[in-house]
Amino acid sequence: MTVLQKKADNPIEHLTAEDIELIGKELDDIRQSVIDTRGENDARYIRKVIDVHRKIELGSRAVLLASGFPPAFVVGTIGLSVAKILENMEIGHNILHGQWDWMRDPKIHSTTWEWDMASPADQWKHSHNEMHHTYTNVVGKDNDLGYGIMRVDEDQPWQPFHLGQPLWSFINACFFEYGIAAYDLELAGTIAKKRTGDPEFRARAKAVLRKIGRQVRKDYVIHPLLSGPNFLPTLAANFTANLVRNLWSNSVILCGHFPEGVETFEKKSIEGETRGEWYLRQMLGSANISGSKAMHIMTGNLSHQIEHHLFPDLPSSRYAEIAPRIRDLFDRYGLKYHTAPLPQQVGSAWHKIIRLSLPNGWLELTNRRNLVPQLVALYKMTTGGPKVRRTLQRKLTAGVRLSRAAAAAA
Amino acid sequence: MRFAELATTPLLPADYLDLVNPLRSGADLRGRIEAVVPETRDAATIVIRPGADWQPHRPGQYVRIGIDVDGVRMWRAYSITSDLGRTDGCFTVTVKAIPDGKVSNHLVRRAQPGTIVQLDQATGEFCLPEQRPAKALFVTAGSGITPVMGILRNHPELTDVVLVHSAPTADDVVFGADLRQLAADGRIRLVEQHTDTAGMLDAAAIAELVPDLAERSTWACGPIGMLEALEEHWNAAGIADRLYTERFRAKVLVTGEGGTVTFTKNGTSLEADGATPILDAAEDAGVLMPSGCRMGICFGCVLPLREGAVRDLRNGEVTTAAPGDGVLIQTCISAAAGACDIDH
Repeated sequence: MTVLQKKADNPIEHLTAEDIELIGKELDDIRQSVIDTRGENDARYIRKVIDVHRKIELGSRAVLLASGFPPAFVVGTIGLSVAKILENMEIGHNILHGQWDWMRDPKIHSTTWEWDMASPADQWKHSHNEMHHTYTNVVGKDNDLGYGIMRVDEDQPWQPFHLGQPLWSFINACFFEYGIAAYDLELAGTIAKKRTGDPEFRARAKAVLRKIGRQVRKDYVIHPLLSGPNFLPTLAANFTANLVRNLWSNSVILCGHFPEGVETFEKKSIEGETRGEWYLRQMLGSANISGSKAMHIMTGNLSHQIEHHLFPDLPSSRYAEIAPRIRDLFDRYGLKYHTAPLPQQVGSAWHKIIRLSLPNGWLELTNRRNLVPQLVALYKMTTGGPKVRRTLQRKLTAGVRLSRAAAAAA
Repeated sequence: MRFAELATTPLLPADYLDLVNPLRSGADLRGRIEAVVPETRDAATIVIRPGADWQPHRPGQYVRIGIDVDGVRMWRAYSITSDLGRTDGCFTVTVKAIPDGKVSNHLVRRAQPGTIVQLDQATGEFCLPEQRPAKALFVTAGSGITPVMGILRNHPELTDVVLVHSAPTADDVVFGADLRQLAADGRIRLVEQHTDTAGMLDAAAIAELVPDLAERSTWACGPIGMLEALEEHWNAAGIADRLYTERFRAKVLVTGEGGTVTFTKNGTSLEADGATPILDAAEDAGVLMPSGCRMGICFGCVLPLREGAVRDLRNGEVTTAAPGDGVLIQTCISAAAGACDIDH
């Protein structure tokens, strides 16, 4: 992707400043209509989900006490995976967004909730609610764009180490909760700036380690010990459940902002941004996942990522109901509402990760016939200096232009 | 228990035990509504089975009840009306639905048996002293009868009691049948004033009805206006120390544009207008405030509003907090709509 402001076919060129404010006004009205009808049914919903989660978790942990017995291992692992996904997605993420604060229930409140995750809730709230949701898809501001480890934009110059991007993206997916914790802690940046001695950073790092310690002790010591002779199978089951949950939440999150077609923005484009413009950025910077009700619940309704980014503090259970109105708004203003089934969106996101791990244009120009010379060029770009890279990149860019022109002529 | 916590983190063992028994010992104090018994057309007695840690109340005391109305937890105080000798372990409060009263209307008209409510321990000083008065006078109006009923039911040793009670009509008298029975049994002298037809009683009229008023210890519960009139009269008569009053409804909050915002821990007070977010006003005044997105989405700026009213600048909605509520507000999109005490 390329930041929207540099695109040849700017998807919002046809909108006037007035249009954008009208969009903002309509969205405010939709938000208000949900707030006006928020009530007992919503409260019952979140309490039900919490209740179901606790029962599945308790049941699965109980079954896993007999994890040496293969069917118990399978059932318990599946149950625990489902419980952990529910806990992180529909429950934790959304409560920490303040979606349920209006109930004034101190037990279900963004200021008191803690979740089954390596990252402590308050640190996650800062990096996610404040940074990511305010500066969504602004290159250089929103660290969720590539989590500081990936090249996610054609405008970021390609470096040889980006070749490893698919591999470490996969490793990050497997241990996603730790990736998130490190990233909420701003670990990489702090190390780079040599500020690890800062007492404020140390206090936060200590909080993360304490949280990780408690999490690890629960899943890899206490519950395995409770299983007695089944120590190892229970440990394996808990590890698997965490792995499944990590892969799942990583996939859902990739789908939210990474699929092809989702826009990114320049830092200076958000200076003095109006509420209407902020809304518009959220509309263009998110993508949905289509699917069944169960799919929506298991993604924490982040399958309605567009609706979530427009209204991060509305109860997640209401996104489905406003989605048709949002889609209609997109249509009326000639904007593209990105939505596709999960496999397609995950595929699209991974395609982008792979494409951007290679120099711009390389993947597009490579086919079976020119594979060998292309690999040679890639080898030279990887091992050569910046000058070699620049020269070969110019060639690639010219090649792309030629092949596109040829395709257009044909 | 420590070990159990290691196994349930980040949840607590209590979170799981609550699934099974929310009324157990050691849990947050809660109760379960067992029955809702209509008293008049707009009043009902709510029978509540309290959690195991409930401590018996003293007659005349009230209890704060937190109940979810339209999904929102709301707290109100109600006088306890039951007999301490109840064998089923329950207590009762009697609630009169007031016009536009969210909680009272919910309790009287919609609350269902089985509902779990949040409780505080009973509290309040509207009680008889250890040294029982030889002669007592109770002056009540409307639902002001409720703490007095709690006292009458539990103190049969009071032998010389006058009760002056005002209600719009005979049918509106909460506990009408019980009170008339007590009068018939000679336990109390009952003066019923039906204000729709006979008008309101003023303090002078009460003094006329009860000639030995100065010899009586007096407990009064009812609307603010009535209590103030009584206090004035008792003061003038030089017997103010014999009058005990209970204000059962908080003073009506006047909401408007802007107000004085006080940060209780920090000690700062400032005047904020009705268009400026409290966050901005506080920062301008040099208060170090938690903040985040400054547009109402990240909840990084929430602080407890102990008392007062704020207006959501996005939609004009007013949120109010009575003392003890601690409603959490987003300071970045809330402007003062009256005097506010914020816990920060």
